[in-house]
Amino acid sequence: MAEVPKKLTIPPEEHMCAGHLACQGCGAALAMRYALKALGPNTVFTVPACCWSVIDGPFPYTTLGVPLFHIAFEAVAASACGLAAGLEIMGKKGVNVVAWAGDGGTADIGIQALSGAAERNDNILYICYDNEAYMNTGVQRSSSTPWGAWTTTTPARHFKKRPKKDLVDIMVAHHIPYVATAAMAFPEDLVAKVAKAKDIEGMKYLQIFASCPPGWRMAPEYSVKSVRLAVNTRVWPLLEVEHGVYNINRKPRKRTPVAEYLKLQGRFAHLTEEQFEEIQGMVDRNWERLLFLEKSTHEMAGVPLKGDKAAASKGKETEAAAG
Amino acid sequence: MTEKIEIRGACDMPPMAKSLGRMSWNLTGSWRNVTPVIDYEKCTICMLCWKFCPDLAITCTEPPEIILDYCKGCGVCAEECPVNCIEMREGI
Repeated sequence: MAEVPKKLTIPPEEHMCAGHLACQGCGAALAMRYALKALGPNTVFTVPACCWSVIDGPFPYTTLGVPLFHIAFEAVAASACGLAAGLEIMGKKGVNVVAWAGDGGTADIGIQALSGAAERNDNILYICYDNEAYMNTGVQRSSSTPWGAWTTTTPARHFKKRPKKDLVDIMVAHHIPYVATAAMAFPEDLVAKVAKAKDIEGMKYLQIFASCPPGWRMAPEYSVKSVRLAVNTRVWPLLEVEHGVYNINRKPRKRTPVAEYLKLQGRFAHLTEEQFEEIQGMVDRNWERLLFLEKSTHEMAGVPLKGDKAAASKGKETEAAAG
Repeated sequence: MTEKIEIRGACDMPPMAKSLGRMSWNLTGSWRNVTPVIDYEKCTICMLCWKFCPDLAITCTEPPEIILDYCKGCGVCAEECPVNCIEMREGI
């Protein structure tokens, strides 16, 4: 067998196996693959009803090389806290307890347990893979669905007219040590963030933007491209909030119009040019708000804000991921 | 590769909740209707296809190889390849 290539930017070890039940081009499967590369084999997952409770496969099989608990929809954060407490009582240290939920199980149904866990600052890592609707049950609207999107419960004529719930700010408001966003089109950044989060004591929250080709009504080959466009058009900013201090990890130098991201997906096909402009306005306002938050929180904490860190941090992340 | 496990009744069940096998028996290659073919003359071994394969169907080797037993034919590798050396051909 040929040798493993030397110039890899993410670890070559795989802790999940092929043969899983994800759709073609699944973003959630990629997100799990990258997260596991950072977490390693000493990990326990709890998963509520979401795409991943199907992807993992039916009893008695599993896709992951680590234990995975299937939990009721609203209880994923609570079960993770219980696992963390149980491991602590048994004296088992260094086990990563990960709650892995979709956006419905996080923003809608699981938010009560999540808020409780965050308030108690239990030592768990909560990862939400955000595909912006209830994809597992057939694309119903969730509170994480963006403005203007088609779903089966918000048909094109009555598309969703409320903006996406800002879970990052909700989690920042809980004053937990680490909140971050990642996107599955930027695996180096994702692996570096998960690796950083697992070493932090207390509650960590990570939201991974993951595409869903069937739910977003696009061809599966655009799975990664669409998420990359979401980051480059500033629809999904990659940021880290450590003890309340904001850091935007990737600041795209040139401004890409949001229409490029929207036109790739059938779920936005009913929107007019004016509505594209409206979305552009929302995205621009949010970006300005984040830049302001980054500047002001750095000033308040007395940490100097580095200039354009996009290039510098990219190099560092690559090193961290390789090491 | 893990074999399929047959469970006929309670006697075959494990004493406590646990998984008995991996999903590797499930050859998802049958889902495919287009097949990726790598042109090794153009391939620069950047490993982007391996990195972005959601189905773990590309080996982490020099050069990368496609495991057709598992490839679902999503076409992400062909779309992401910077030198366009992967072609999606009709049929399996």
